[in-house]
Amino acid sequence: MDSRARNLLDEALGLDQLTQSKSPLGGKAVLIEDCVETSGSFVLHQLIKRLLTATSNSSNVVLFLAFANPFSHYDRILLGEEGKAGGGRSGLFALFANITKVLNSLPEGNRKCLTIVIDDVSLIEVAAHGSSDHVLDFLHYCHALTSNHHGCSLVMLNHDDFYSSMDRPVFLKQMEYAADVLVKVKPLATGLAADVHGQMTVLNRDQCNRRGSLNNRMSNFQFRIKENSVEYFYPGART
Amino acid sequence: MAATKTRTSSFSRNLPAASSAQSPEIKCGPNGTFLVSSGIPDLDKTLGGGIPLGSLVMVMEDSEAPHHMLLLRNFMSQGLVHKQPLLYASPSKDPRGFLGTLPSPSSPKDDKSRSHDAEQEKGLRIAWQYKKYFGENQSNLDGQRGMILFRFIVLYNKQEFSNEFDLRRPLDRHFYTGQHVDCISTKDLPNIAALQERCTSFLSQFSRYICTFFAIDFVCFTNLLIVTFRNDATVACTGRIAIQSLCAPQCESSNMEWEMLSFIRSLKSTVRSANAVAIITFPSSLVSATFCKRWQHLADCLVSVKAIPDEDKELAKLLTGYQDIVGFLNIHRVPRINTQVPAVLEATTLSIKLQKRRYLVLECLNQAPVDGSSGSSYGTSGNCSGASSKSGSLDF
Repeated sequence: MDSRARNLLDEALGLDQLTQSKSPLGGKAVLIEDCVETSGSFVLHQLIKRLLTATSNSSNVVLFLAFANPFSHYDRILLGEEGKAGGGRSGLFALFANITKVLNSLPEGNRKCLTIVIDDVSLIEVAAHGSSDHVLDFLHYCHALTSNHHGCSLVMLNHDDFYSSMDRPVFLKQMEYAADVLVKVKPLATGLAADVHGQMTVLNRDQCNRRGSLNNRMSNFQFRIKENSVEYFYPGART
Repeated sequence: MAATKTRTSSFSRNLPAASSAQSPEIKCGPNGTFLVSSGIPDLDKTLGGGIPLGSLVMVMEDSEAPHHMLLLRNFMSQGLVHKQPLLYASPSKDPRGFLGTLPSPSSPKDDKSRSHDAEQEKGLRIAWQYKKYFGENQSNLDGQRGMILFRFIVLYNKQEFSNEFDLRRPLDRHFYTGQHVDCISTKDLPNIAALQERCTSFLSQFSRYICTFFAIDFVCFTNLLIVTFRNDATVACTGRIAIQSLCAPQCESSNMEWEMLSFIRSLKSTVRSANAVAIITFPSSLVSATFCKRWQHLADCLVSVKAIPDEDKELAKLLTGYQDIVGFLNIHRVPRINTQVPAVLEATTLSIKLQKRRYLVLECLNQAPVDGSSGSSYGTSGNCSGASSKSGSLDF
């Protein structure tokens, strides 16, 4: 599928409403959840590609905190899309300081075009030796950057299958609560298939509409991952 | 002021097909990866040719049977036969003693009646002539010089990447008494830091990247050029790490779950930037469920082994060749380095068999025929909906 053409994920995320002044994700925080059976990292790759190739706003900047794979891995998948890349340092405080440094180095008008991408949050927990409070604080700070003042966007990948076995998955619930858009990637209930790699649910918590009521939008569709792109389709509608 | 000029990068998706690895022990894999053999040809085939260099393989043990040792033994023997440096860690007091139990490659003269001879691999196509050669017709060499040479070359090539191992014959001592083999006991280590240090220093000799340049285009600040000189994989520069039963209860450090996780995370990233493969087996039932999942997420290649219950009549009806099966191997994740496309296997559950009690063989499960009279399918546990059966989820 042509990356410029709208696809179901673009619509679900609201990426089809690109404007010059705002960042494509509109200053939202996107949380992607996956599991061992089906990795959700392809959503990250697609979003990064989308952000960096958006023709309407060529000053998009992606700040990529990559903990899961070396840059060569992403480089091969993304095939040379330009962007500023930053790695994580030990110490969440230093990490956040780095992020604000990058943010402040951008020209004033372009700060809303910054998207922070984190792959993935569970590895920040490992780096913090399990102190989920510190990690949550760090994520809240990042989330604060999506406020109107800064207008950045935030995309995080996390795995929800290990929290679900806990009695009180506080960490996961807090992240889900803070996120504006929740993308859940799961395998098919019927097992493996070569044509359909899994299914995803996108919950987009829109802001209040004109009448003042919340406008949550939930989309459910399936996907097939290819080398350079991903096909999205409703169940049974794949051509 | 972002420019739209194309970025030059040392990474390109289409490597020239002619750039083959420098030695037959290493094969070129997809997406610019190099593959080494796991020591089990059937497993290599299932994984798409072998294990990519830079992968972390994790094996979930079954507390009821030591089948993970079969995988570990073959993996270690394969590396030693190829003279690849090996670091072995185990909870026993004398890990070096274990090396004496490693299997030796089976010699061509052994009588192996494999049922897979009909496959179209180059080496096997010659196999039937090869048997003739070692049979009674040894006097007919004159007219067959060309054929002998050809056969020799083919056999040489076939043996080099991957060997069949005879579990009844121990490996010759000279394979593992050299400097290139290092053993460490994890039993009395107070913490995991010592193991981490040994792994890091071991892997430093296989560093994949000699040097990396970062250059920033000062005209347009959004360009970033990365030039990296790779140390292409050669045999001398390829290593293997085998860690047995990490987090076993007899180890002092087994309670430190976050430390363990941190160790695996750092091992994974070090292995990824090295021409090496690491395999870790761990008792998944003895690790808490949450951490077990976290470990699983860290693996590039995730497999689990399961014992087969003895005298299980239902299973005996379900599977053909039940008597020969010693256990099951489940493949949960196949390494996907440098690509986002997942690998969909035809079958994720393989049966572990010991042919003639000597050769480790992995086979797809063969479902027994449906009972026509009652109309019931013995295979209710075999279909994709994953209906539970006694032995867990079997994927035909």
